[in-house]
Amino acid sequence: MTNFDYQIVEEAAKQLYIRALCDLPPDVRAALKKAYARETQPTARAVFEAIFKNIEIADRNRSLICQDTGLPIYKVKIGSQFCWNGYQIKTRLYEGAKRATLEFPFRGSSTHPLTRVNPQTSVGPGLPVIYYDFAEDSDCLDILMAPKGSGSENMSKMQMFYPAHGVQALKKFVLDTVVESGANPCPPGIIGVGIGGTADLVMKLAKDAILRPVGQRHPDPEIAAMEVELEEAINATGRGPMGLGGDVSTLAVHIEMAYTHITQNPVAVNTQCWPARRSRAIIHPDGNVEYGY
Amino acid sequence: MAEYHLQSPFSEEDIRQLHVGDIVYFDGLLFGIRDLTQIYMFDQHHEPPVSLAGAPCIHTAPSLRKVEGGWEKICIGTTTSTRMDRFTPELICKYGVRAIIGKGGLYQPSLEAMQKCGAVYLAIVGGAAALETQQIEAVEAVYWEHLHPEALYQFRVKNFGPLTVAMDSHGRHLYEEVKAEAIRRLPEIYKKLGV
Repeated sequence: MTNFDYQIVEEAAKQLYIRALCDLPPDVRAALKKAYARETQPTARAVFEAIFKNIEIADRNRSLICQDTGLPIYKVKIGSQFCWNGYQIKTRLYEGAKRATLEFPFRGSSTHPLTRVNPQTSVGPGLPVIYYDFAEDSDCLDILMAPKGSGSENMSKMQMFYPAHGVQALKKFVLDTVVESGANPCPPGIIGVGIGGTADLVMKLAKDAILRPVGQRHPDPEIAAMEVELEEAINATGRGPMGLGGDVSTLAVHIEMAYTHITQNPVAVNTQCWPARRSRAIIHPDGNVEYGY
Repeated sequence: MAEYHLQSPFSEEDIRQLHVGDIVYFDGLLFGIRDLTQIYMFDQHHEPPVSLAGAPCIHTAPSLRKVEGGWEKICIGTTTSTRMDRFTPELICKYGVRAIIGKGGLYQPSLEAMQKCGAVYLAIVGGAAALETQQIEAVEAVYWEHLHPEALYQFRVKNFGPLTVAMDSHGRHLYEEVKAEAIRRLPEIYKKLGV
């Protein structure tokens, strides 16, 4: 195990980025089909039909689903029995994301925020975004990858409410944020909601929420009920696919929760576009890599 | 809702027959423009080296590969239009552009220019770059190459669509109508949510 070849992590990081960009997860495909089945407006149905054609072409040509190859995010879950070198994992993810961009090749979107210089590598200081977590009873390295496009990311919003504002304020905030964002986040996608935590954690929770398979409910029944309630509320607005009007404005609302301070009541929304791209690799200690979603 | 199959460049008549909610496909000429293309054109006063009259313009920053004797497409998708609103009235009324293709729509000054000079806004399905890339048959020219990937691109397209008429030359604005309807419904939705 001490001889683990970290080149495997670099190769996986590269493959994960490319796979995510070209192959939409089955749960997203199924959710889009289900949404199409209940959509009644003709223009909205035409949007869905173009979406399905697009997915088919990307499958056939192994080409990009969307031109916005986004900023790379890796969520790494390290098994309790996986003997790891954290520095190696971090640098290999960086290299893998960069190699995906240069070797595929696709447009890199990472940019210096002041000079706006784009190195065309999708990485740079602070990128890729990497989150680390740990799993009990596992000897694997589990990596979830998501390229996050700007149309949806630009619609992110958070607010520190007070306890006196209650749960109602959180619900209203989510609904108002979605109504305001209109066509920009390429609906119908996933509405990720973070509740609780600190200012930084609440947005991270919202990001975690969009990375769940579509429609997988939160294990807490109270939160799951709130997901359904908000989903129905958002779809009742009639904003529709691409903001052009219709019955389906979102595929799902996902909520993640953390405990917060007695004086705080934070909420965050992170939207995901209809190409809710993600890919996953489970790396075994013997170097075997299993790809999935 | 009617469906139209048009040939670009468009005549004023082609465009005036379109109404909000109609679906359009077209063949022929298409220009690609973006923020920088229009900053260069309007703020830095460079005349386009090719006539835009009658043509549709799509908001894009394409991924292209330079090859022997031209350019090859890698991936061509569409970006949000609202950022480029301020250039649009002149693009339409001074240069004769008949259609803007993008996502998210444009504002009132662009809608007024569309009414006055005969142009439409055609909404594409955002994120559907694989389809769009396939429908672009050729990159015929890249003007102002130093601005790439925000240069002025001349594409030839086949059966380009589906595009939804989201702003027409009769003063209707689909995005605004859908938003107004959503706002009209909000009080009832709030009540149901208990907020």
